[in-house]
Amino acid sequence: MENPVASIGKVVINLARHTSSILVLFFNTIQWIVIGPFKGKTASRQSIFQQMVFAGVQSVIIVFFISFFTGIVIAMQSAYQLKQLGAIIYVAPMVSVSMARELGPVFTALVVAGRVGSAITAELGTMKVSEQIESLETLAIDPVRFLVVPRFLALLVMVPCLTIISDIVGVLGGLIVGVFSLKINMYRYFAFSFDLLAWKDIWTGLVKSGVFGVVIAMISCYVGLDTRGGAEGVGKATTVSVVSSFILIILFDCLLTGLFFFSNM
Amino acid sequence: MMDISTDDQTGKITKVIMKNDTVIEVKDLVKKFGDRTVLNGVNLEVKRGETFVIMGGSGCGKSTLLRHMIGNIKPNSGRVSLLGEDITDLYGSDLDTVRKKIGMSFQSSALFDSMTVFENVSLPLREHTKLESSVIDIMVKMKLELVGLRGFERLMPSELSGGMKKRVGLARAIAMDPEIIFYDEPTAGLDPIVASIIDKLIIDLSKKLSITSVVVTHDMKSVMAIADRVAMLYEGKVLQVGTVEEIKGSKSEMVQQFINGDYDGPIRFFQQKDDYLEKLMQ
Repeated sequence: MENPVASIGKVVINLARHTSSILVLFFNTIQWIVIGPFKGKTASRQSIFQQMVFAGVQSVIIVFFISFFTGIVIAMQSAYQLKQLGAIIYVAPMVSVSMARELGPVFTALVVAGRVGSAITAELGTMKVSEQIESLETLAIDPVRFLVVPRFLALLVMVPCLTIISDIVGVLGGLIVGVFSLKINMYRYFAFSFDLLAWKDIWTGLVKSGVFGVVIAMISCYVGLDTRGGAEGVGKATTVSVVSSFILIILFDCLLTGLFFFSNM
Repeated sequence: MMDISTDDQTGKITKVIMKNDTVIEVKDLVKKFGDRTVLNGVNLEVKRGETFVIMGGSGCGKSTLLRHMIGNIKPNSGRVSLLGEDITDLYGSDLDTVRKKIGMSFQSSALFDSMTVFENVSLPLREHTKLESSVIDIMVKMKLELVGLRGFERLMPSELSGGMKKRVGLARAIAMDPEIIFYDEPTAGLDPIVASIIDKLIIDLSKKLSITSVVVTHDMKSVMAIADRVAMLYEGKVLQVGTVEEIKGSKSEMVQQFINGDYDGPIRFFQQKDDYLEKLMQ
């Protein structure tokens, strides 16, 4: 049996290696985005558009349903507590603030990591094991510019866009419960939803979702490009990509919430 | 010095090999993967215009050697020169400058499966030139004509047979009019007729476009059909380099065993009983 200290050491070394490689990929991606246009080498607009449609437009339905039901659930759960305090009208801001600050960005990111991140890893992983990445390199085409940059930009833009949709749909879900079950006047519900919702709640949520978009793009692309060993390797890579993205989304959520909380932003 | 081949019937010059012009030079190349030494001091020279074949059994390091020649793998020691440029320590855009002058046909064809045949072949032209799309359109048709696939532009790779994929891969490899084409097992997994078609294509491209070809294969029929010179690789070392006739007449038992495909001989594909028992007991 292996020495437990050696096992821990191996895990730490692997973690450090992967982290540094992801950071290298991140800076390489930023370099192509910032410096690429001056060299006349940019990612193709068509490719960016295709990725935006896949990551954003085609995720709207699933984000819609998840956010709608989440809004309903928060409204019912908070109504259960607030009824006892005689403050049932506060269901409205409870839903809007928690959707904007926390649940909208996090749930949207988890959905995108599961739907889009897994697909990116599987696609790039298959390209890696079937020599397509090597083929790109041999054609003097940088895989980071050609494959990673369009996915990075698409997720950076589309995850916040989906989050805005999620916030709005979540509020609508809460509204259904508020109006039809709790018998709150619809206009009053809306007014209360937005009166107690500060700009800060919205922009901190959108900053988070942008960071989540970057996390999903980096993890899914890195794991895809690092795939080894045929079909089994692609399957494993996809699992690693989704699980790592989920953990990192929650970790970054915690870090950013702490940052916003302690810096009084 | 030039080696000129002519057509027997028409007397036309079909091939010119520049014997003084070395386009690829491999010196004392060593590559290890972990504890395993795959290439153990390889020395080779490829001349402009020739079809140079690297042959050897599966796992002898042929494809690894080819990947060193195009800069995709870096050696533990030794040097590789490609078109007069030492590419051993070249990376990024410096390496890409040299790579734009070469083409590569992969064993698995490596076509981009989300793109049509047209998009696959036109990709290097769109990426590296500022040609009008109408010009690119004509160039792609010309390249597909050369490999006998004009009219297949709109098909996806999944709709093509293995031989057709290889030919599209070849059309993509010659899209930028390279000086050298590298072929990794061009006839592997193909039926004998399609394999002969690919062989003829390699010969035709070499003659029509005056391209230097480096072919990695273990298909002896293919070697005999296409090679100007052959290098036999065994256990990470070059056993012999010579023309097809020289290799055929080689006194090396290993070369003869490989050419004749003999089961028994100095090249051991199976472990001996004692080794096997010893390893089992370890």
